[in-house]
Amino acid sequence: MAAPAIETSGLDVGYPGRRSPVTVISGLDLTVEAGTFLSILGPSGCGKSTFLRVVADLLAPLAGTIRVMGETPSAVRSGRGVGFVFQDATLLPWRTARENVRLPIQVGRRSLSRMIDDRADELLELVGLSALSERLPHQLSGGQRQRLAIARALLGEPRLLLMDEPFGALDEITRDRLNDELLNLWRRTGTTVLFVTHSIAEAVYLGQRVIVLAAHPGRIVADHDLRPLKGPDNRCSREDPAIVAAMARTRSALGAAS
Amino acid sequence: MNRGLLSPSAQTVLPILGAGSLILAWQVLLPLAGVPAYIVPTPTAIAGVFARNGSLLLSNLWPTAIEALSGFVLGNLAAVLLAVAFVHSRTLQAAYFPVVLFFNTIPVLALAPVIILIFGLGMLPKIVIAAVICFFPTLINMIRGLESASASEHELFRVLSATRWEVFWRLRLPRALPMLFASLRIASATAVIGAIVGEWIGSDKGLGALIIQATFNYQSDRLYSAIVLSSLLSIGFFMTVVAAERWSVRYR
Repeated sequence: MAAPAIETSGLDVGYPGRRSPVTVISGLDLTVEAGTFLSILGPSGCGKSTFLRVVADLLAPLAGTIRVMGETPSAVRSGRGVGFVFQDATLLPWRTARENVRLPIQVGRRSLSRMIDDRADELLELVGLSALSERLPHQLSGGQRQRLAIARALLGEPRLLLMDEPFGALDEITRDRLNDELLNLWRRTGTTVLFVTHSIAEAVYLGQRVIVLAAHPGRIVADHDLRPLKGPDNRCSREDPAIVAAMARTRSALGAAS
Repeated sequence: MNRGLLSPSAQTVLPILGAGSLILAWQVLLPLAGVPAYIVPTPTAIAGVFARNGSLLLSNLWPTAIEALSGFVLGNLAAVLLAVAFVHSRTLQAAYFPVVLFFNTIPVLALAPVIILIFGLGMLPKIVIAAVICFFPTLINMIRGLESASASEHELFRVLSATRWEVFWRLRLPRALPMLFASLRIASATAVIGAIVGEWIGSDKGLGALIIQATFNYQSDRLYSAIVLSSLLSIGFFMTVVAAERWSVRYR
């Protein structure tokens, strides 16, 4: 059996403050199986984005241990094991769509970058942007920009995809469509996904498992396994009574949390 | 009135008509109002100087153009390099930025005689004055520009394990270009001012020297044509900067 994608114990997460560190999540014990689509849901300030940053080695944990696919976060990052999708697409405005997707093979340790195939055209096709590959980011819609950001994150074939409210700024129709596209990509690649959101519907629709965080201090207050409802390929309908019930259950957990 | 409704041709023609009407008023109304020609010569008199003394004007244009251009390049280059050093070393910035700030409070015009004392009477002191005058705005803008990449852009590069060098060339520098060009546009005019001021203080050639000589000799038409030529020189630099900006910052 492969090492879990994420394994934390007694993990304290926060920021190094001016005088003393500010703890956002304390004592987090979480194990995520490899290949899981995990939704992380919580109110603002519960530390869900901060936790993603610790997994991505953008921030050091304050205390406790964390293993990512059996390794330290920094080993995984420097081995190009993670892809990160930010809330704003974070595309470089002076690069065309295609050149934005190709960024991962142009930076980082040369030896590592060379190991990644130039799958940019394939990925642009996969996210439906082949025809727009020479456009600059400001000539694209919000949904198209987020698709590009996802294609860029997938270029290195990461074993772990971290998504920090990637569709938070999009309209609901675009968001629903991108949710389906994301699930298709996930089925195709088998990557572990940690998906942070503050939308209950999105968390339940996407996740095989949903964890609900509370704030002050950040902690897990609910942990729902949705695989019995959705089957192995994680399919469901938003109108399915069982899914609607799961959303209600998640909503009450979230209500109790805040 | 809706300014957006002007047609493209009107947008081209109207500024020309506007400037033309003012020049016409200058040509006709000022002499009628009794303003003597030694104070304000007419546009045709100024144009006449260009026709009669073209070679004199041109031989004085070159030194000023060379000084302004050299000063522009040197001053901005020094500012860009110092900005790069400052954003990569907090220690260096903390130690020397206040000194630079203090230096900037000294009026360049007050400093000019000192520069002439140090560098003599050739072209070099004018180049230095032009460089000094360009330096500070570019330094400030370049520091701000190099720091203007967002937190998530820096995080993106860190997730990709980019080196400092790559972060500089592929993120910080392209991000800084719009702000760099904003200060280069300003510097394109101030470099010419610096060269001319340098020539006032001690020179027998250049547009600045021509301006001083023409003033003392009451050759107002020659004075005005030197002013027009200085302005054309600035416009030339400005247009070059704008063209370079269009070429390198294409995403706006």
